[in-house]
Amino acid sequence: MPKSLFEKVWDAHAVRTLANGQTQLLIGTHLIHEVTSPQAFGMLRDLGLKVAMPHRTFATVDHIIPTDQLVEPYRDPMAQAMMDELRKSCREYGITFFDRASGKQGIVHIVGPEQGITQPGTTIACGDSHTSTHGAFGAIAFGIGTSQVRDVLATQTMALGKLKVRRVNVTGQLRPGVYAKDVILHIIRTLGVDGGTGFAYEYGGEVFDRFTMEERMTVCNMSIEGGARAGYVNPDETTFAYLKGRPYAPKGAAWDAAVLHWKSFASDAGCGYDDVVNLKAADIAPTVTWGINPGQGISITENIPDPAQAKAVDEQASIEEALAYMKLKPGAPIKGTKIDVAFIGSCTNGRLSDFQEVARFIKGRKVAAGVKAIAVPGSQIVGLQCEKLGLDKILREAGFEWRAAGCSMCLAMNPDKLIGDQLCASSSNRNFKGRQGSPTGRTLLMSPLMVAAAAVVGAVADAREVFDVAQSN
Amino acid sequence: MSLAKITSITGRGVCVPGNDIDTDRIIPARYLKCVTFDGLGEFLFQDVRKHADGSAKPHPLNEARFQGATILLSGANFGCGSSREHAPQAIQKAGFRAILAENYAEIFFGNCTTLGLPCATASREDIAKVAAAIEKNPAMEIVLDVARQEIRFAGQTVAAPIRETARDGLIHGRWDAIGELIDGLPAVQTTAAKLPYLAA
Ligand code: SF4
Repeated sequence: MPKSLFEKVWDAHAVRTLANGQTQLLIGTHLIHEVTSPQAFGMLRDLGLKVAMPHRTFATVDHIIPTDQLVEPYRDPMAQAMMDELRKSCREYGITFFDRASGKQGIVHIVGPEQGITQPGTTIACGDSHTSTHGAFGAIAFGIGTSQVRDVLATQTMALGKLKVRRVNVTGQLRPGVYAKDVILHIIRTLGVDGGTGFAYEYGGEVFDRFTMEERMTVCNMSIEGGARAGYVNPDETTFAYLKGRPYAPKGAAWDAAVLHWKSFASDAGCGYDDVVNLKAADIAPTVTWGINPGQGISITENIPDPAQAKAVDEQASIEEALAYMKLKPGAPIKGTKIDVAFIGSCTNGRLSDFQEVARFIKGRKVAAGVKAIAVPGSQIVGLQCEKLGLDKILREAGFEWRAAGCSMCLAMNPDKLIGDQLCASSSNRNFKGRQGSPTGRTLLMSPLMVAAAAVVGAVADAREVFDVAQSN
Repeated sequence: MSLAKITSITGRGVCVPGNDIDTDRIIPARYLKCVTFDGLGEFLFQDVRKHADGSAKPHPLNEARFQGATILLSGANFGCGSSREHAPQAIQKAGFRAILAENYAEIFFGNCTTLGLPCATASREDIAKVAAAIEKNPAMEIVLDVARQEIRFAGQTVAAPIRETARDGLIHGRWDAIGELIDGLPAVQTTAAKLPYLAA
């Protein structure tokens, strides 16, 4: 019987069926960071348990780390305490820690792939919802809560019910100026923020076949915003080429064997899916969110929805709530909405290709007066790569601050925060109320190039016009 | 590890209406800087309950008549957003023993179940009925019967289904899987030995 990658990976990692009908699933790779692990280590100590496979656990620090202060102790004593706690636990249990001093620190979902730890046909868990990112390699990767972090630390397994699989095909060719971020914002807009509940999303079609690993990661990253527990792309030559030579990738003869093994996990032709959705690349435009969940997005040429035109009472109420919070005018064009802050970074769009694309177009341009613009590489390695290519210089000259690696303004756990009701054009993944640190702060999600365009214009803009994108491709 | 069998929860209710209530709203990210979960209850729904200066905004959880409620009612897609267990922990630490909503985000649901916090579902109409009864009489006792998957209040009974794996775990006192997972450790080694990336 032909099987999907999800089923193959699941079957290979299923240890046994538990009394409640869930599966005890082996987690091959466990990634941890400072926010969701200290409590789990605390539980472990309380129960007198050991870490089952310390060599399959990898740690880094990302959420709380200040990106404008390299020297410890950090100004925020609580951030320092979390840092110390993780360091202590890693030492105590013999876990590899990509600390700042290692030169490999960064956002956990950027570090795993970068180090070659993220591999096809594996299971990965991390106490962070954007673990779905790792699915780009054909891994099944789950975001988990702290009690499950404890479970995985103690047993290298967790209890889970099997998911259904939805194949999401995007066929044809993306238009110039349309990026992976637009693809996933379009998918979420189409299928809904809870459309993926109970599913793993398998992304495929020509658009994904052509995508680089970094583009695949951007899409898989936001599977969770569409309600899916996991998202993945079948491994192919692009995947193997990316992994080859990375520190944790197999070497020599083991490499060839691994590639053969990895290939065997790809979904079989003719395998069944619980659901199939077909989307056309040509229908996708640069997309911007206007509301307070990632499904509330429109193309840059559309107008902000008007609750009066809503088809259902529910929809009307949610548009009203979103617009009241966002302080946006119903029916007005989203283009031209004044911004205060521009943020390029996060585990969605904080990779080398994101900064390359922005630098290519922003070179010689200036951030509009009154806009605070920050660019934050997702890892120390990304930062170094950018600096070697002089991208940091281009961004700085344009008026961006160039920071050290971390989550930064994606969430409110480090010094980078919105103030008051500032409106931020952001390449991150969440536009929830208060997400970027101010209880009244406002977030508009978009691709990095759209953020750059907004920064230059001082208002939400169509990057294709601002940067003449069609001409330069 | 022996865990309590959670077959039914009896208590007063409070309704926090709305759909897509996300984990950032349940507990804003700036309160996640902690190395234990103690004290999180205090910040439940902080930004919707309090002004920046700490004064109270109009919110059901701020109303005297709903103090001491242990069953939280809400709308659809409750708990979407982050995988952080801080959200269910904040709800539990604030004194809640069960949640009733139209449906839940996946990770949130699992996190709650592992804490022994039942997440029952009900139709929008039925939730509205319970909410109306609470509004009329906040002191009313509600019984959320996990075993029978129903909610009883003010002489009425409505269906309150709970996903079978969770219901089974709650009523049999195995909602926290850790004990069972540890029992499976020998089998884990067998499975791991068959996988090249783990055997190496
Ligand atoms: S960048 Fe944002 S979404 Fe990604 S791990 Fe950090 S806080 Fe979470």
